[in-house]
Amino acid sequence: MSYYCDKYVITEKKTLAKEIYSFTVSCPEAAHAAHVGQFANIAADGFTLRRPISICGIDREKGTLRFVFEVRGKGTAEIARANEGDTLDILGPLGNGFRIPEGKKIIVVGGGIGVPPMLGISAKTGALCTAILGFRSYDKVILDDEFRANDSNTIVCTEDGSVGVKGFVTVPLAEELAKGETEAVFACGPEAMIKAVIKLCEEHNVPCQVSLEQRMGCGVGACVVCSCLTVRNGKEYYSRVCKDGPVFNAEEVRFNG
Amino acid sequence: MADLSVRIAGVEFPNPVIAASGTYGNGECYTELYPLSRLGGVSCKGMTIEPKMGNVPPRIAETPSGILNSVGLQNIGVHGFVEYYLPTLKEEGNVIIANVAGAVLDDYIAAAEVLDASDVDMIELNISCPNVKAGGATWGVTKEGAAAVTHAVRKATKKPLIVKLTPNVTDITEIARAVEAEGADSISLINTLLGMRIDINSRRPILHNNVGGLSGPAVFPVAVRMVWQCYKAVHIPIIGMGGISTWEDAVEMILAGASAVQIGTAIFKDPYSPLKVIDGLSEYMDKNGIRSVSELVGQVKPW
Repeated sequence: MSYYCDKYVITEKKTLAKEIYSFTVSCPEAAHAAHVGQFANIAADGFTLRRPISICGIDREKGTLRFVFEVRGKGTAEIARANEGDTLDILGPLGNGFRIPEGKKIIVVGGGIGVPPMLGISAKTGALCTAILGFRSYDKVILDDEFRANDSNTIVCTEDGSVGVKGFVTVPLAEELAKGETEAVFACGPEAMIKAVIKLCEEHNVPCQVSLEQRMGCGVGACVVCSCLTVRNGKEYYSRVCKDGPVFNAEEVRFNG
Repeated sequence: MADLSVRIAGVEFPNPVIAASGTYGNGECYTELYPLSRLGGVSCKGMTIEPKMGNVPPRIAETPSGILNSVGLQNIGVHGFVEYYLPTLKEEGNVIIANVAGAVLDDYIAAAEVLDASDVDMIELNISCPNVKAGGATWGVTKEGAAAVTHAVRKATKKPLIVKLTPNVTDITEIARAVEAEGADSISLINTLLGMRIDINSRRPILHNNVGGLSGPAVFPVAVRMVWQCYKAVHIPIIGMGGISTWEDAVEMILAGASAVQIGTAIFKDPYSPLKVIDGLSEYMDKNGIRSVSELVGQVKPW
């Protein structure tokens, strides 16, 4: 796993929804090294810590990485100020990505800003992929057209029912799993959603990989702050989300507290 | 070209820039970007005689010009360090410093004995970790406690001994004098300043440990002041740290009395910052006709 640290030019900036931005960045070496599910730690001017942002798209031919992120605070607001032609200070690609089985039916489940890292799986698996995407309401829906463009069976859910299926992603997920055709599930989103997805996968005996979030420092495994309680060989220990994750096998994850 | 090499407790550093404990893992995390040999030394992640799980997350919070952390000394234990990390560190790095923490005296002694028999170049005695309930800083906040742990470890090892001091005290110079009197070869300062942040919506502290150690540029002036005070109080060399992020900061710290510097939090934003400090320091020395770092140490001209 190699990573880089440099300033790279933003070749495209799009606004996908209120406070949700898509940056495409020209960074050939990082794009070449990147895997679906990895992230980059992106510097924000005037802030001590970088902001971890998941990789939404990898184009090795064009040498670009795409990041879709939501403004959550002052740091991400600062990053969002950058425009096409400006540079982005990127440390990445970092962490372990998803392990995607070839030629098998899979489901990806994304919740809110957990949707972007799922698009890379859809791009790789196309029609074998069912994408269940959950959002708060219609104005927060992002990327659904791009999942459809990959020929993935795309199901949009909103909590208020303003578009797509009303309710949480677990309802369509349970229906899909009940068909018994799914070989693997991938999930990223709020902790409550991930816990519910893991529970359903356990019930249907389908392996599940989850991408986790935690307040992060260095991004490369040095500072040991972004911990997630995990269990391996019957022993509990704190894994580093940045280095040992952000993707974990569901059965390893214990969640914190 | 200026000579950047420094000598501390008989140990030769090719340059005075050391990665600070807790910010650089065990030297393995940044080798994708540049070889460990570029740094004067590395102070490894604080280690204890037995492995430690560390504190419940969240363990980090950003603050104005700084961060709070409460890792709680998560580490694989001294034996694990010696077995898994030390051989590579010795091969790839320059001065390898083992940062040692403990709860009771016997922990420190046992760890020092293991390290005494190993290839580490120096031991940095951590009596200043604010993030572990039993131990760490409880030793470092009184001159009696600091003296006792230094005395015990001094007897357990012949390795050059650095004692890392906490700023969370009324008078850091009396602690510095106490550890010097017990045979410390050097002191390093400052460890983090105890701090706290609260989420106003949940009314919960951001750190699960409630409180944590403040580091980064926010603490730099405090660190400079304490290094200056200690420089006047002791005769052993001082390794200065606390919020250094530029070469100008490093020069300032050296002028205050530091013979070498450690860089920590700045690495998170800019992993290349230690190299930039080395280059900047070298240019500053060339420009000012300074041939050796030692010519700068403590050369502040107080009013």
